[in-house]
Amino acid sequence: MTVTVLLFASYADALGRSTVELPLPDGATVGDVVSGLGRIAGAAGRLPAAPMVAVNQSYASYDQVVRAGDEVAVIPPVAGG
Amino acid sequence: MRVALVRRPIDAAALLAEVAGDECGATTLFVGTVRDVNDGRGVTGIDYTAYDAMALREMEAIANEASERYGTPHVVIEHRLGTLAVREASVVVAVSHARRAPALDASRYVIEELKRRVPIWKREHYLDGTREWVDPTGRGTAEAARTSGVAALSAPTPDPRPAVGVSEESRL
Repeated sequence: MTVTVLLFASYADALGRSTVELPLPDGATVGDVVSGLGRIAGAAGRLPAAPMVAVNQSYASYDQVVRAGDEVAVIPPVAGG
Repeated sequence: MRVALVRRPIDAAALLAEVAGDECGATTLFVGTVRDVNDGRGVTGIDYTAYDAMALREMEAIANEASERYGTPHVVIEHRLGTLAVREASVVVAVSHARRAPALDASRYVIEELKRRVPIWKREHYLDGTREWVDPTGRGTAEAARTSGVAALSAPTPDPRPAVGVSEESRL
């Protein structure tokens, strides 16, 4: 399956784009998404090792399974207010 | 209750009027504003950006939690996005309650939770013309994070809540 990963703020700047299409095996987890991001061209070392991730607009743990069509987002340290 | 992301100046007086209630003896208004210095560097403005749909969901959850925890339906939160100048309001929280203590506590709860978990980011503009994303975790900006391999997984796990649509403004 292919999962679209949303990037924001400093992470979007670091990778030079706001979305990444990531091919993943069925049953892949949020942790697999994070490792997958580290392997895309030009991304090595540009994101923290363990960023926060949201699935379908809720914070997710790294063992949560990702399904095709899920809205996955990597969340930089928040700074509202 | 109402939460909103807005791309125009926030009318704090309108929020005060919105939370008014005959049974309320106390109203609090928290106004977060852009200040001219951060970490010793002169700041001339801030760009605010958000993951809009998720930010609204988190803001709604926070408003609901404050309402239940402190016992008042009169909670309104507006956060502004876009480029703001020094002194402009980035966030306003209005709460009213029969009594002052829960009104003050609810206001504090809302702003602290907002800063902790709502996916909004700010990029400061400095006097020297440079701009940087602010990282309140103190690990530095993306440049520092990308070389240090920081571990930052501390995702809060909010209570289940009703799904809400993607909208600029949502009335609860």
